[in-house]
Amino acid sequence: MFYREAGDFSTTYPQDSQTFPIKFDRYRYYVVLAVAVLVMPFVMTDYLVNSIFLPFLIYAIAAIGLNILTGYCGQVSLGTGGFMAVGAYACYKLMTAFPDVNIFFHVILAGGITALVGTAFGLPSLRIKGFYLAVATLAAQFFLVWLFNKVSWFYNYSASGQINAPERTVFGIEVTGPNTEAWATYLFCLVFTVGAAILARNLTRGSIGREWMAIRDMDIAAEIIGVNPLRAKLTAFAVSSFFVGVSGALFFAVYLGAVEVGEVFGITKSFLVLFMIIIGGLGSIFGSFAGAAFLVVLPVVLKIVGVDLMGWPTDIVAHFQLVIVGGLIIMFLILEPHGLAQLWRVAKEKLRLWPFPH
Amino acid sequence: MSDQLIYASEVFLNGLMAGVLYALVALGFVLIFKASGIFNFAQGVMALFAAMTLVGIQSGQVPFAHLINAIFGTKIHHFGWHVHSVVAILLTVLVMILLAWMVQRFIFKHLVGQEPIILFMATIGLAYLLEGVADLMWGSEIKKLDVCLAEGACLPQGINLAIDEATFNLFGYGFFIDNLDITATIIAILLVTSLVIFSQYTKQGRAMRAVADDHQAALSVGVSLNYIWILVWSVAGFVALVAGIMWGAKSGVQFSLSLIALKALPVLMLGGFTSIPGAIVGGLIIGVGEKLFEFFMSSGDLAGAFLGFTMNATENWFAYVLALIFLVFRPQGLFGEKIIERV
Repeated sequence: MFYREAGDFSTTYPQDSQTFPIKFDRYRYYVVLAVAVLVMPFVMTDYLVNSIFLPFLIYAIAAIGLNILTGYCGQVSLGTGGFMAVGAYACYKLMTAFPDVNIFFHVILAGGITALVGTAFGLPSLRIKGFYLAVATLAAQFFLVWLFNKVSWFYNYSASGQINAPERTVFGIEVTGPNTEAWATYLFCLVFTVGAAILARNLTRGSIGREWMAIRDMDIAAEIIGVNPLRAKLTAFAVSSFFVGVSGALFFAVYLGAVEVGEVFGITKSFLVLFMIIIGGLGSIFGSFAGAAFLVVLPVVLKIVGVDLMGWPTDIVAHFQLVIVGGLIIMFLILEPHGLAQLWRVAKEKLRLWPFPH
Repeated sequence: MSDQLIYASEVFLNGLMAGVLYALVALGFVLIFKASGIFNFAQGVMALFAAMTLVGIQSGQVPFAHLINAIFGTKIHHFGWHVHSVVAILLTVLVMILLAWMVQRFIFKHLVGQEPIILFMATIGLAYLLEGVADLMWGSEIKKLDVCLAEGACLPQGINLAIDEATFNLFGYGFFIDNLDITATIIAILLVTSLVIFSQYTKQGRAMRAVADDHQAALSVGVSLNYIWILVWSVAGFVALVAGIMWGAKSGVQFSLSLIALKALPVLMLGGFTSIPGAIVGGLIIGVGEKLFEFFMSSGDLAGAFLGFTMNATENWFAYVLALIFLVFRPQGLFGEKIIERV
């Protein structure tokens, strides 16, 4: 009933090209933001923040990053785990080398360093395409993880080979280390996630985003009409790695606090983020959020249902989780190759015509 | 010959043997990719599934025993019989054919005409699904694979001792080569020969090559695509079984078996996704390359002096980096078809 563009007149160009052209959508977005900022911190508990909200917010950033590369620019990457590790270790080195600088800047800088590394590993994409590239990105994954394991400079020569986040504050409130409050870490990550989403949305609808999509749809045709493939592909790798690096830094510093690189940033992490954008929807910012939410909440729900309600042993539930995730991915690819985002789009279309669809 | 050179050549030989095992996994990929354009990431998990099924049938395990026990509170685990390994292998082949049919019927039949990348992602989903099913069916503990073929028991026992002795007399240093590796090499040669004979001289094999060449042309001369795809997945399942037996005998049947798929990927890149000889040559190059690289890096002080740390455990990434560098100069791999791009 209220979901109409009728009666909502755009009088300026910025109004005409805004992200949410429908008034109802716009208000819904503001309400969601307001609830996330003003209400959620007060109801946040340690369990909620650690099992759902922090992973959701952090994976959402990583998913946005991978979506820019794979969904918008069409370059499949299986090296997400490795790039997250770069972000985490860059953040750690910065935190320990410059303890006086605010951690906010460390996280951003870690993203920047990851962007450089990502661009270097993106260089072969100019020659190698398709599956060959997907496999080539695995080189980044294995090499980076090995490097952080072997070179003790990266973990400051600690005996365990782990990295531990020192305590850092923002406005006098601790956001890393063992004594953090649930709401503080939540808000800290929320700022980055919202920032990443807004940045990604505006990049992908601008000229650079259109270049990415042209390369994705057909790279030779794009080249002929004047898109520079070198620029488009490398910027996609850089921007994507920036987001992935930020998420890796947050994953280490805020969420886990201590990281052993092979366990945390292994190849399974790359696949997890890839699944998020497949289930959520390739080439959609909303899809990145939906996919991250889905794959973060699914194991929690399965654990509650399987272990707590049915009383099954945890290993059987873990195996079931594999079956369900695998089955869902296949189901999504068959029924709706564009993921949850497409379902959302279809629902919105239906809503606009409701209650008189013809 | 200097000592260093002799050690290096022993490493080289062992690398060749390891390369044969990589090639064995890569073969399964190439078969499916050629015939249907599907890059089957689940090949490694198929090897795991096949090996687990083989062990399960052999030792008479009840499928889904853990699950049934959890739901009904029973305590079943084994049927209490022991199946002979030849019968068990035949039964496992049947299971793999059934699996091929199911994969075709329930997944890829619905994905005909989709982009290759969608198909690739579907096989990643399949890998997860299959791994979960395998664990639910047979349990996830490490199992010992006890097949006469794979343990090298069918070979005359002293063969590696004979090699040791012969090389000792020649160079003054005895080469050690694992019995299992020799068996694997022989079996791989047999497998490749029979695959070549199958695809060159039988009706089904010719149809398979026709489909690989051109789907539509094959369809128009009366080749059933559905049948060929099931056939190809079955053959790949059989290759997976062989690879599963080899690797399973080497390191026990466990989850890490599915990671051999990751070992086979650089082999494919190097050899080209569409070439059977490429898979074999690529496997050998990667096997030898990574063993030699590891050998030189960890034996010399060269790397240590330069970098300030010891280069070891390079096997994880060396193959990928080698393939990556190689591909920059030749994007279609060693034997791959030349990539021609049209608008």
